Amino acid sequence: MSSAIGTEDLKIVGSRPLRPDGVDKVTGRARYGADVSLPGQLIGKVLRSPHPHARILAIDTSLALALPGVKAVVTRDDFPDMPDEYAAAGELTINYRDVTRNMMAREKVLYDGHPVAAVAAISESVAREALKLIKVDYQVLPHVIDVREAMRPDAPLLHEAQYTEGVSPKPDKPSNIAKRLEFSRGDVAAGFARAEVIVEREFNTQPVHQGYIEPQACLASTTEDGQVELWTSTQGHFMFRAQCAKLLQMEVSRIRVTPTEIGGGFGGKNNIYNEPLAIVLSRKSHRPVKMVMSREEVFRATGPTSGGNVKVRLGATKDGRITAAFAELNFQAGAYPGSSVAPASMCAFTRYDLDNVRVIGHDVTCNRPKVAAYRAPGAPIAAFAVESAIDELAGKLAIDPIEFRLKNAAREGTQTYYGPKLGTIGYVETLEAARAHPHYRAPLGPDQGRGVATGFWFNIGGETSATVNINEDGTVALMHGTLDVAGGSRAAMAMMVAEELGIPFEQVRPIVGDTAVLGFNFITAGSRGTFAGGMACVTAARQAIDRLRTRVAAIREVPVEAVIWKDGQARPAEGSAIRFEPMSLAQIARLAGKTGGTIAGHAEINAQGAGPGFGTHIVDVAVDRETGAIRVLRYTAVQDVGRAIHPAYVEGQLQGGVAQGIGWALNEEYVYGADGVLQNPGFLDYRIPVASDLPYIDTVLVEVPNPNHPYGVRGCGEVPIIAPLAAIANAVSHALGIRLCDLPLSPPRVARAIADRPA
Amino acid sequence: MARHHVRATVNGDAVEFLCETGQTLLEALRDELRLTGTKEGCGTGDCGACSVMLDGRLVCSCLVLGVEAEGRSIETIEGMAVGEALHPLQQKFLEHAALQCGICTPGILIAARALLERNPDPTEAEVRDGLAGNLCRCTGYHKIVEAVLAAAREMRGA
Repeated sequence: MSSAIGTEDLKIVGSRPLRPDGVDKVTGRARYGADVSLPGQLIGKVLRSPHPHARILAIDTSLALALPGVKAVVTRDDFPDMPDEYAAAGELTINYRDVTRNMMAREKVLYDGHPVAAVAAISESVAREALKLIKVDYQVLPHVIDVREAMRPDAPLLHEAQYTEGVSPKPDKPSNIAKRLEFSRGDVAAGFARAEVIVEREFNTQPVHQGYIEPQACLASTTEDGQVELWTSTQGHFMFRAQCAKLLQMEVSRIRVTPTEIGGGFGGKNNIYNEPLAIVLSRKSHRPVKMVMSREEVFRATGPTSGGNVKVRLGATKDGRITAAFAELNFQAGAYPGSSVAPASMCAFTRYDLDNVRVIGHDVTCNRPKVAAYRAPGAPIAAFAVESAIDELAGKLAIDPIEFRLKNAAREGTQTYYGPKLGTIGYVETLEAARAHPHYRAPLGPDQGRGVATGFWFNIGGETSATVNINEDGTVALMHGTLDVAGGSRAAMAMMVAEELGIPFEQVRPIVGDTAVLGFNFITAGSRGTFAGGMACVTAARQAIDRLRTRVAAIREVPVEAVIWKDGQARPAEGSAIRFEPMSLAQIARLAGKTGGTIAGHAEINAQGAGPGFGTHIVDVAVDRETGAIRVLRYTAVQDVGRAIHPAYVEGQLQGGVAQGIGWALNEEYVYGADGVLQNPGFLDYRIPVASDLPYIDTVLVEVPNPNHPYGVRGCGEVPIIAPLAAIANAVSHALGIRLCDLPLSPPRVARAIADRPA
Repeated sequence: MARHHVRATVNGDAVEFLCETGQTLLEALRDELRLTGTKEGCGTGDCGACSVMLDGRLVCSCLVLGVEAEGRSIETIEGMAVGEALHPLQQKFLEHAALQCGICTPGILIAARALLERNPDPTEAEVRDGLAGNLCRCTGYHKIVEAVLAAAREMRGA
């Protein structure tokens, strides 16, 4: 798409107006998933497996159905089986055979919390009573939770017909390793042979949950002639429609999905869970059915991201040039294949310009909930390992860690080991901005340490649509199909359209269109909201402008080439001999009905040219040597965002991503007992950062515009969660003089590392 | 299941509702009175999204039974703005971009107002401690803390 408007010409892009949905959200008016209700609605609840691994021998729902107030029950028998069939979903891939089993177990339950039945009843309390009356006969099987144990040949098998893909010849025994993948470039053995210093380490991270504060919630209404209306809190209403249609063998046109306000997603609301259950419960009961997950259900059965085991080997010459890089990434996929190990493998070393690289990835099933995307899926795990090793290598070479990265940094034209050459990127700019920041030179106290780490994420485009309707008074109704998952992207869309049309921001009212009013939109993931959504909105605005110019040419009886659009007016082209009285948007709009009909612009695009994002983070920590507690004292996040449309919300993305990364680094983890049951499915024992855990998070927005976007947008939401894990681990390692390789760096683990230190 | 008749005051209005013995005040507000501005994030008193004032005291409404509201006064997010005027905290949250998804915002605003009633001139650390019972997963709290401090300044006339 044609670009790029110079910064000096911009009136609205880059400013900080109040967001259009703000008042609704500070007054309690905004309607989230659980806030939508219909007359006569029933409450749906799910019965979940108490076992991590068991064969389902029989399910008896007769007593539940007989309970007064129970209107419908569903089990595996109410859903058609699906063959293997793959589809894209955000940055990850789904297999419908697995999706139907994950939403309702068929042959086996594969994790504590796996759905086995669902009921719809006249109240929550009756629904809960009904769940107790469903009898499930289980044959309990041995289970496996840890990824390294799951990879062993003698481990309990989740899928008896799963043979490791990507291994030649095909293995003769099934395995929990669903897939092996490999990326390589150059000659790694020769590169290590040339190395004068080598660092080799093994790292482990625990699964963490996206932790959105709004649990999944949906409301379905199915009519007797098979029409479905579905309200749900989702990152992809078109994808949910497609998946429900597929899983229930319905035509897509029968299902209309209206996205509610979304109370946080971070990748965790890319996937359907209760939606097909609610639709079928509604079909069977002839009533609307509302299903809201409890927090415990959210923890046990949605999300989390993979835990990972990563082995890294890096070699360099004494003058600081990396000669070879190797990594093996072993990722928990949970109950079904499809972890983020592929993007993690592609991200692992892509901040560096390397001749010799080899990355091996394993996607491993184990008796945990099926993982979901979480903000730059997989990249933080890979970066934790690689950026820790980079830091250690820089230390061994006695080179400043930013200087060491600059010596090896990826730049425009750098060949990646997974495919393309990098285009215009701003990695070096973030490193230089970090090195120049006063934070980097500030003095440290005793038991304090400073860490640096960097992150890379691809960002994506994809199918996107938008409509710009010129209202009869010259104001604008903007409808877009990417969701406001980032909180603020609606404002950014309206800003870009106002900029194009040359009208005040307040005159554009942006709304998220439902699946009946816009063409297909891919899921809002991969930092594509403001990039691809913005591109569609700008394209639609430019089509509206072309139609406005054409209309004015007809009204003024001049050739359309003689009409330009500037500052909200159709006016004579500069230097043209053809003169006419300019017309404002409002003047054209008032006459539109009489001069050919209302004017609108549409865009249905497949956005290409997403700009990779890079960030460099600096953090200072203090370690309490007695308790092992770590306090984050100061944090600075530098990121190339391409261009910040609404800088306050871009800063917010960086601050929020960093806070999540700090939680991942210091406290958050799934804790399973020996029985394979999740022990901390609540916010009391799964501890996400609170306000008093964190300092202010300073942000530096570097703007190296993405040449493929009309305003230079790269997408900014995911990069900031990548670097914090390693930055904090590096800081703690410097404070203590001990390299810490296992997350989270919770007080007991840090205290143990201090106690175990060799004298 | 037997339901209890409860009379209470919500945002200054006399209200009546029926609720089951086990229903929480949060459920009564949301499902019986249709005041859905108060949110459920956890149901166990750990996230603060359901914060309301009960007889002038900050509580998690998911930890209070609906029947306990009998004869008592409840203030929710729906009563925070007066007429056309937003409360200074609401206004500063907008100006400082202190919300992203917004699901925690009603609870944080209620908790922040309670904090400023106790302590009109808090330090940054006091704001962070005062809001430590309210989880936000989007913002990293940076802009929330700035907005609360800015509202405190404005409310003091400083």
